[in-house]
Amino acid sequence: MRKKEKERKIRVVIAKPGLDSHDRGAKIVARALRDAGMEVIYTGLRQTPEQIVETALQEDVDVIGLSILSGAHSALFPRIMELLKKKGLDDVLVFAGGIIPQEDIPSLKKMGIKEVFGPGTPTSTLVEFVRENALKRR
Amino acid sequence: MVLPLTDIRQLVNGVQRGDKRSIARTISIIENNQPEAQKIISLLYPKTGKAHILGITGPPGAGKSTLIEKLVKELRNRGKTIGVVAVDPTSPFSGGAFLGDRVRMQDLSTDPGVYIRSMATRNHPGGLARATKDAARVLDASGKDVVIVETVGAGQSEVDVVKVAHTIIVVLAPGLGDDIQAIKAGQMEIGDIFVVNKADRENVNKAMSDIEAMLEMATEKKGWKPLVVKTSALTGEGIAELLERIDEHRKYLKTGEIDERRKERIENELVEALTQKITESIMNEMKRKGEWSKLTQKILSRETDPYSAADKLFAKQLKTTRKR
Repeated sequence: MRKKEKERKIRVVIAKPGLDSHDRGAKIVARALRDAGMEVIYTGLRQTPEQIVETALQEDVDVIGLSILSGAHSALFPRIMELLKKKGLDDVLVFAGGIIPQEDIPSLKKMGIKEVFGPGTPTSTLVEFVRENALKRR
Repeated sequence: MVLPLTDIRQLVNGVQRGDKRSIARTISIIENNQPEAQKIISLLYPKTGKAHILGITGPPGAGKSTLIEKLVKELRNRGKTIGVVAVDPTSPFSGGAFLGDRVRMQDLSTDPGVYIRSMATRNHPGGLARATKDAARVLDASGKDVVIVETVGAGQSEVDVVKVAHTIIVVLAPGLGDDIQAIKAGQMEIGDIFVVNKADRENVNKAMSDIEAMLEMATEKKGWKPLVVKTSALTGEGIAELLERIDEHRKYLKTGEIDERRKERIENELVEALTQKITESIMNEMKRKGEWSKLTQKILSRETDPYSAADKLFAKQLKTTRKR
């Protein structure tokens, strides 16, 4: 496994869609994935769905992590998933984190978001999840 | 996974059309050193040579990425298309990387005339990744008018960007003034244009005159005399002037020095490629016969030394080549 990772790095975009400026969580996730040997592209705050999808495309990533605490996930996430599909990037692994009510999670998963991580998730859980699911594509 | 040749052609055609997805995938193939990388480069190579390649280097935090955003916006106003390769360091411990240059270039990501790629060094020394040069070539072949290569926040010895770019821009900031002496040996020698960024801050004129004084002493280059430009990526001050200086340098290169630089660069590249080929062929042969580990063991136990071992290997290789 280690050797394989050396040959084929997992590339991840960590993005903050919408207008909230709480990026501590996003940075911790980015850092944890970096320390797990992945190449993490951080977009910065206040990204539109278009910007996030374009970044994923240009950076040829395997994974997109979305961090949101504003409550706008039900408006922004469908748009992101739709754009990914339109651009032919529907094989990219998408996960989300932040403040997302339990009752919203089933519908998010239905639209293709593989997992939703809430506050208090150990970073090791996250790393394991990404490692296990990322390289299934290609 | 090896792509069939038809797919390679499709990718190459996509790159030439400027299709971003094709460009992205092609750069990944090169970056991961997949088997088809060499074929792709050989197909794209004849299409390169049109873009003006800018190398942006300088210490961490000087404002390279922010300056690039402003430069790209101004170039877009002038109708140019642009490719950017931004390099950040790979952790020597985990092998991972945090690529944060895009944070400063957010507004550019949805511009159809701009392609930006973040690249980790993957522990390649010199301030660039191994694949950076070929990534710049892919962007050149995709029809971009200008390709910008941003190095890692670089120090004295990280001057590989001269092997990739036509025009080297060294970005500095006020407050480094006292350290100018220290960086002189590396960066002060490679810049065609020096930028004192953060001109909105204090001491900018002091930094300007420090650099100008240092350049007076350091200049031994014939022909082009390095220029100093004051910019503020924050306010946009000096960006138009910087572009004019870049254009001056581009015109200057047309007078002949570019050919000299290109020739030198190609020679270096050929030597590198040849070295790699020879090394690989000898190593593979040795490993196939199971002699490689025996030899390293002999060096470990002090029976022989690395130089004598290399001599012997090379002599042996020559003999087999002659026999063929």
